[in-house]
Amino acid sequence: MRAMVYRGPYKIRVEEKDRPKIEHPNDAIVKVTRAAICGSDLHLYHGVMTDLRVGHTFGHEFIGIVDEVGSSVQNLKVGDKVMVPFNIYCGTCFFCARGLFSNCHNVNANATAVGGIYGYSHTTGGYDGGQAEYVRVPFADVGPSIIPDDIDDEDALMLTDACSTGYFGAQLADIHEGDTVVVFGAGPVGLYAAKSSWLMGAGRVIVIDHLDYRLEKARTFAHAETYNFVEYDDIVMLMKKLTDNLGADRAIDAVGAEADGNLFMHITGVKLKLQGGSPIALNWAIDSVRKGGTISVMGAYGPVPNAVKYGDALNKGLTIRGNQAPVKRQWPRLMEHIRNGYLKPSDIITHRIPLDEIAEGYHMFSSKLDDCIKTVVVPPSAA
Amino acid sequence: MASIIEERPGGPGRGAYPAEKPTPRESSESLRARIPGWGADLDPADRPSFPREQPGIETGAHWTTPEDQPETYPRERSIEHAFLTPVFGTAQPPKGVSGVIRRYSYARHSEAKFAHWALLILADRVDSIESQFTSILQLRPDNPITETGILSEVRRHGLSSRYGRNRTDVKHLWLDPILIGGPYILAGWAVLRVVRGKRRRR
Ligand SMILES: NC(=O)c1ccc[n+]([C@@H]2O[C@H](COP(=O)([O-])OP(=O)(O)OC[C@H]3O[C@@H](n4cnc5c(N)ncnc54)[C@H](O)[C@@H]3O)[C@@H](O)[C@H]2O)c1
Ligand SMILES: [Zn+2]
Ligand SMILES: [Zn+2]
Repeated sequence: MRAMVYRGPYKIRVEEKDRPKIEHPNDAIVKVTRAAICGSDLHLYHGVMTDLRVGHTFGHEFIGIVDEVGSSVQNLKVGDKVMVPFNIYCGTCFFCARGLFSNCHNVNANATAVGGIYGYSHTTGGYDGGQAEYVRVPFADVGPSIIPDDIDDEDALMLTDACSTGYFGAQLADIHEGDTVVVFGAGPVGLYAAKSSWLMGAGRVIVIDHLDYRLEKARTFAHAETYNFVEYDDIVMLMKKLTDNLGADRAIDAVGAEADGNLFMHITGVKLKLQGGSPIALNWAIDSVRKGGTISVMGAYGPVPNAVKYGDALNKGLTIRGNQAPVKRQWPRLMEHIRNGYLKPSDIITHRIPLDEIAEGYHMFSSKLDDCIKTVVVPPSAA
Repeated sequence: MASIIEERPGGPGRGAYPAEKPTPRESSESLRARIPGWGADLDPADRPSFPREQPGIETGAHWTTPEDQPETYPRERSIEHAFLTPVFGTAQPPKGVSGVIRRYSYARHSEAKFAHWALLILADRVDSIESQFTSILQLRPDNPITETGILSEVRRHGLSSRYGRNRTDVKHLWLDPILIGGPYILAGWAVLRVVRGKRRRR
């Protein structure tokens, strides 16, 4: 089969690879019809994720057709069209039994501090991902769902990560009616988080980025008020001015480790990897919210320490929440919102490219060329 | 926006913060009329992620504990785990020098140790060098042009996407060649010094 493979930092190519096999009775093999590139994939592409082996196939956002099932699979059959959450999880461990699907303890041999994720290095379990023609899907009775007839494929694809993550992020921010919410980052996760903040009754939604074309999308897609941090000497000061010097009620970090905007943090965190990424957006969030406020961290950071302004967080009595999104828990409600016309996840897709051109797709998305927001990848067998 | 902070008689620059939440710029009614779905999830207790832990949640699993996936090679694992997890990824088993470093790091250090992660990052770099060599032997050398996707600079408007558009990353773009090429230049310089030193001694 054709599959994208990692060759080293900033280098990927498409190769012929063996089709994955059933390795456990509850496995399924899914023939991928559409995959997407996520901001998280950039942490791999830049070589920031740990235990990332040459030959690894990325891709944790995908939908497809069930091609083969293991002997114990009951809820799916060959031919079903499924959406697969980015989390790999068993359904019965201490964490899964309580709904913490992204924190499963039975699927990641390599680390206990993070659950299982498709195509996301050995630190999240060493599973190849879906930017390929076929993918092994463990616990097929637990993760995947059949795509309902009235849900578009591309909307379903966005629900496998980015859209569910943005929606989950807004929930972790604990938004109450009339709250002012500031979202750092106008990538897919930030855009969905901003949009979701309104669903939860926000009174004002502010989005911060340095890419004007994405801020434009934040205004049209997410009805947000936007600011380009490059135009302000001190973005925290601006947030204070906009909120009667109190600070915003809630903040959402939808940027994570690759944050830009502070050269020292960028060089030590992103370029030299002396920190687990640049925490500048998180620090801006800490300083921009009001005392007693809440910060929801959706942006991903590496496993080594970061220079986070924890003293400010403590003195301000902040609540800081984060997690990898337990994706499937969000689906029933998000599908309701889609059916009601409140949300059209696929509206943020800007590019559709063949799998064989994925190296250029990564460079484009990583360098934010051609007004790219979300790229969908089409395997040759599904074109 | 109507500010609730008023100038006080005490003179310019004096004020006091009141108890009220700042007046919203727009009422809930007007937001509901303007933004599709506004308030659809208004009740914090009626959101899919509340409460965070929901014992007994439906997952689709029809087992009490999952069956074990066969271990076909000695699978490295975090020493913070009591045992090998029932299911694990089998992509890219450790091999070569990078494999030795990886196995050592897993066997020796918990996830709490910086050394664990530093060794894994080192192994990643060793892995890419090892793979460069094997790919040359297999007559499929890495192609820096196609594999970096650099041609999208032309096809996807590299210049007009970057310049004159307020982007902050453009300001430190010049650093990239130094940070990427720097170590190679330093290593080359060091090799040259050693070679020259030896010649001089002869
Ligand atoms: N928690 C989860 O489950 C989960 C799931 C998906 C993605 N993520 C993470 O969410 C983050 C965003 O993902 P994405 O797909 O939207 O990525 P993206 O790269 O498309 O978007 C990130 C955006 O942040 C902007 N940015 C950079 N520095 C900034 C700063 N200092 N302030 C404000 N904005 C800044 C960038 O210009 C970009 O538009 C990533 O870190 C990703 O790993 C987490
Ligand atoms: Zn993702
Ligand atoms: Zn589990």
